[in-house]
Amino acid sequence: MSIGNILSKSSDWLRGDGPHHHIVVTSRIRLARNLAGVAFPGRAKAAERVEVLEKIRPKVEALPEMVDAVSLACQDLSPVDKLLLVERHLISREHAAKKAGAAVVMNRRQNLSIMINEEDHLRMQSIRSGLQLRAAFKAINKVDSELEQQLDYAFDSELGYLTACPTNVGTGMRASAMVHVPGLVLSEQINQIVQAVNKIGLAVRGLYGEGTEALGNLFQVSNQTTLGEKEEEIIDRLHKVILEIINHEQNARQVLLHNKPNTLLDHVGRSYGTLRHAYSMNSKEALNHLSFAKLACDLGFYGDAQRHAIDELFIETQPAHLQKGSQQRLATDERDVLRAEIIRSKMASFAAPDLEGVLVRAREAQGAGGGAKTESPPSAEPGEEQRGGDPF
Amino acid sequence: MLCDVCKAQTASVFLTQIVDGKIQKVNLCDPCSKEKGVTDPTGFALADMLFGMGAAQQIESGVGSEGARCPQCGFTQAEFKKTGRLGCSVCYVTFAQPLKELLKGMHKGLRHIGKCPERLRLTQERDNTLRQFHHDLRAAVVDEKYEEAAALRDKIRALDLEE
Repeated sequence: MSIGNILSKSSDWLRGDGPHHHIVVTSRIRLARNLAGVAFPGRAKAAERVEVLEKIRPKVEALPEMVDAVSLACQDLSPVDKLLLVERHLISREHAAKKAGAAVVMNRRQNLSIMINEEDHLRMQSIRSGLQLRAAFKAINKVDSELEQQLDYAFDSELGYLTACPTNVGTGMRASAMVHVPGLVLSEQINQIVQAVNKIGLAVRGLYGEGTEALGNLFQVSNQTTLGEKEEEIIDRLHKVILEIINHEQNARQVLLHNKPNTLLDHVGRSYGTLRHAYSMNSKEALNHLSFAKLACDLGFYGDAQRHAIDELFIETQPAHLQKGSQQRLATDERDVLRAEIIRSKMASFAAPDLEGVLVRAREAQGAGGGAKTESPPSAEPGEEQRGGDPF
Repeated sequence: MLCDVCKAQTASVFLTQIVDGKIQKVNLCDPCSKEKGVTDPTGFALADMLFGMGAAQQIESGVGSEGARCPQCGFTQAEFKKTGRLGCSVCYVTFAQPLKELLKGMHKGLRHIGKCPERLRLTQERDNTLRQFHHDLRAAVVDEKYEEAAALRDKIRALDLEE
């Protein structure tokens, strides 16, 4: 199977049918493994890395999970193809920059990808839609158990799996969930959440890891520690925290609808207008507006078909995806024009969300003849009785 | 240098953190560092980590450490400090001492208790049992429970013979 074939299909996890997929976009588990007696990729000479690749690659390709897989050497890939794999979270940015000996093997559904000679000899990742950390772990753990029978891993009875970076030693596992939390961002609760999550040994990062920039109101929550705890314990803790975040996000949305409906609806309405009518849009702006379009789906304005279209736009409007789709090199401003065009055409059939109706109902629910006030005063116990309910 | 958070006051707390293989540096002023809980050693992993780093540096500046070099891959401690990465699995033995300080600040514990490759599982289980017996033996001696201690000693001998 060629790269063209695999990339023309959208990733399995993009179908967005996992549990809690309205708020949890993906669950990912990554395991880091190294071969015993060989320098880690960062230290190894090119010839050694190639040797490692020749040892590992056939074993990975022969895995039952990798029937119909595509196996690619990084140096054979064009810069656009590499960036495209990064945008689909199939390889890391670091891996894309690697040359001799670096490769990736991924299955057709793109929910399993194995990088060879990244920072460690093996970086194996399983990705699922929604909150499915346990299922993702089960899948990648099976692959790991199959490979350990054929490869001699660097393992220490005291420190566990040895990795190039001491932050990964032990389980070598990074479990992460990507959450979409516009409610927590709008209600300015996100910093509190980040601090609370940090305190229990979990890290929160932005969409692509740079600081915690709220691009598209998307955040990645992952474990920070890998030594001294079992894999299942780490996953359970993260799972519980994600459930808490879901709960807080749902509450934040209810409270906003109840107390500041204009703020919430203004974001949804402006984003709809911009997405439908803009003729040039950079990637950051697109992500932020798409976030509110996604929220509009959660609020019940659109059905599954529209939700799927929005989810696809998150990926399709990324730079490399645009570049690949147009079959020619595009300058930044040309990309912005193309991005706006793709969004306009995909959302052409989207009816305007009935924001006025929501506002009327929100006012009725408050039982206040608030008239045309910009913001309603907060009530004593905002949103409590509406918790979990559907305001639409 | 200004504080990365408030961008108003001069930074007085400098933190370095390795997150998912990337080194991140954060500079904070005194009020912001307090607000973020950085100064609370029980609540903030970064502070622990910083402590570990400091300890690693101390060891490096000590006598005779300049020659610390991995016999397998030739990695030096200076390179480790610079990149935050190790060169090979043997580096974990070569730099065991400074690493211990570093790991203490980074992780929940210093011992791996998770998955183990199947071919090493029996050895791993035996090692763990032995370790537990030795631990219990020391406790029994301290508590002057000599019968219990004798029984543990026999169990340890039996396990040693199996090897």
